[in-house]
Amino acid sequence: MSDKKTNIIEISDLNKWYGDFHALKNINLDIKEGEIIVVCGPSGSGKSTLIRCVNFLEKFQEGSILVSGTELTDDAQKIRKIRSEVAMVFQHFNLFPHLTIVDNLTLAPIWVHNETKQEAREKALKLLDRVGIKDQAEKYPNQLSGGQQQRVAIARSLCTNPKIMLFDEPTSALDPEMISEVLDVMIELANEGITMICVTHEMGFARKVANRIIFMDDGQIVEENDPDNFFTNAESDRLQIFLDQILTH
Amino acid sequence: MPVFDQQETRKPPISQIGAVLWLKTNLFSSWINSVLTLASLYLLYILIPPLLNWMVFDASFSFGTVNFFGFEIKFSEEMATNDNCGRVGACWPYIYEKLYMYTYGFYPRTETWRPNIVFGLTALLFVIVPLVKNYKYKNRVTLSLIILYPLISYVLIAGGFGILTPVDTDQWGGLLLTLIIASVGIIVSFPIGVLLALGRQSNLKVIKLFSTLFIEFIRAVPLITILFMASFVLPLFLESGNYFDKLLRALIGIALFQAAYFAEVVRGGLQAIPRGQYEAADAIGLSYLQKNVLIILPQALKISIPNIVGSSISLFKDTTLVLIIGLFDMLAMVNLTSNDPYWLGREPEGFVFVTMVMWAILYTMSRYSRKLELRFNTENKN
Repeated sequence: MSDKKTNIIEISDLNKWYGDFHALKNINLDIKEGEIIVVCGPSGSGKSTLIRCVNFLEKFQEGSILVSGTELTDDAQKIRKIRSEVAMVFQHFNLFPHLTIVDNLTLAPIWVHNETKQEAREKALKLLDRVGIKDQAEKYPNQLSGGQQQRVAIARSLCTNPKIMLFDEPTSALDPEMISEVLDVMIELANEGITMICVTHEMGFARKVANRIIFMDDGQIVEENDPDNFFTNAESDRLQIFLDQILTH
Repeated sequence: MPVFDQQETRKPPISQIGAVLWLKTNLFSSWINSVLTLASLYLLYILIPPLLNWMVFDASFSFGTVNFFGFEIKFSEEMATNDNCGRVGACWPYIYEKLYMYTYGFYPRTETWRPNIVFGLTALLFVIVPLVKNYKYKNRVTLSLIILYPLISYVLIAGGFGILTPVDTDQWGGLLLTLIIASVGIIVSFPIGVLLALGRQSNLKVIKLFSTLFIEFIRAVPLITILFMASFVLPLFLESGNYFDKLLRALIGIALFQAAYFAEVVRGGLQAIPRGQYEAADAIGLSYLQKNVLIILPQALKISIPNIVGSSISLFKDTTLVLIIGLFDMLAMVNLTSNDPYWLGREPEGFVFVTMVMWAILYTMSRYSRKLELRFNTENKN
C-alpha cells in the first residue's frame, strides 16, 4: 500500500465504558482512503462498539476520532455532516417497514441532501438495479427475503454517495443460502475503491478483499495483519485459538 | 421402495360438522358450560320479554299533532290532557317532542340549518377520508380538511364575524354540545399528547421531567376534579376582566386531561419500535425532527390506533360529566326535559334514548377504527 494516500479515519487512544464496563481500551487505528478493513473477534470483544463509535451511534468517553479531518464531538451539525459521509449497514437490516423499498432509498437524499424526488428516485432505481432487485422497488421490506433486504440496506446506504461504509455483521442474521448474494455485492463494492470497515466472521470474504484484518478481544486490538499472514502466522495465542475455532469446520 | 396409491380427499364425518357440532363445542362442552348456558338462557328469558313489552308492545307511538276543530293542538298538551301515554309502557312521543332539545339544546330554532350543515360535514368527512386514499394529493387534501373543518364548523355554530347571528355558547346543548366537546377534546389533545410522549422519551432532562410530571399529575386526578378546577378555581386566579367562556374553560380542562392519556398510549407505541429503527434513521443523517416525523411516529401511531380509539371512546363517554359544571349536553337533557310539567317522570325513556344514540355513535367509531387498522396493516403484509 502506498503511503501517499491520506488517512480518512484516525482513531487515537479511544476508550469507552458502558457504566463500569470498560468496552474499548486504548484503540489506535488509522485507515487510509480506499482501504478494506475486516474486524473480527469473539462476541463481546468490542468490534461492533468500535465501528458504531465511528458514526457516533455510540458515545465514547476518552480519545478522539477524526473522519476525513472532522473531529467527532457532541455538535449535532458535525455529527450530521459525518453521518452523510459514513454509511452503515446493520446486522438486522433496519429497513423502514412502513415505506416501500424505493422510498427507503430516497429518504436520505430527499430530506438530508435536498435532492428532488425525481433525481433521488432515478438514482435509487439505478442502485437497486446494481444490487439486483430493481423489480422489487415498489414492494415493502417485509415482502422480501433476508438476503434481499440486506441488499436493499446496502443500496440505501449507498444512496448518499458515502466515502466510508461500515458493515456491522451484515451476514450474521441471514440464512446460509443467502449469505453469498450479500457478500457478492460487498465484494463488488470493495473492488470499486470505497473505504470499508466490516465486522464479520466471513473469513473467505476477508481473505479475498481485505487489505488488513484486525483481531479484537476484550476491548483491545490484539493483532493486525494482512490476510496472508493473518491466517498463517498468528502471533498471539488468543488469535490462534480463535482461528482454530472458526476455521476447523 | 414401495409406491403408495394417491389417497382420495373425503368430507369429514357428518357428526363433526354443522350446527350440532357447534352447539356441542361452544355451549355444552362440559357440565359447567352446560349449566352456564342454561342459566344465561333463563336470565335472558326473565329480562328480555318485560323490556320488549315496555319498549315496544305496551309503548305509545302516536306521533304528530292533532287537528281539533281547525286548531293545531300541540302534541304535549294533547298527551297531558288525555294522559293516553299511560305508565305501563314507554312514551316515545316524549322523545319525538323533545328531539329538538336532545339534538340542539337551546340553539335558536331559526338557525338550526347551521348545526345541520356541521352534522352533514362530519358525516361527509368519514366518507371522504377513505375515498381519497389513493388520490395523488391525498396528503394535501387531508391536511386542508383538518384545518378547514374545525374552522368552518366554528364559524357556522358560533356565528358572528358580521355574517351570521352570533349564538352564545350558553345556548349550545344536546348532542351538538356532546359532539363539540368530544371532537375538540380529541383533536386538540392529540398533538399535545404526541408532544408529551416524545418529551417523556427525550434526552433533555428538563423536558422529560416536565412531561412526566404533567402526565402523572393529570392521570392521578379524576376528570371531575379537573372540570371543577377549570370551572370554579381557575376564575379565582384570573382578574375579573379576564373572564372567559365556561365552555372554553371546560374544553381546556378536557383537552389537557385527554392529552395525558394520549401521551401514555403513544408512548406505548414508541416503546414498541425497535432500537434499530432509531439507529438506522440516525445513521442516514436524519435530524431529530425528521427521524420522529418520517420514521418513528408513523410506525408508533399505527401500532397505537386501537388504543387511541379506545381512549377517544372513553373521552366521548366522559363528556357527559360536563353536566355537573352546568353545561347541558345530551345526557343533561334527560333531567331537564322531564322537568317539563307535561312530561314529568319520563327519565327512563330519556336514558334509553341517550343510551341508544351513544351506543350507535361509539359502535360506529370502533368499527371505523377496526377498518382503519386493517387498511394500514395490508400495506406491509405479505
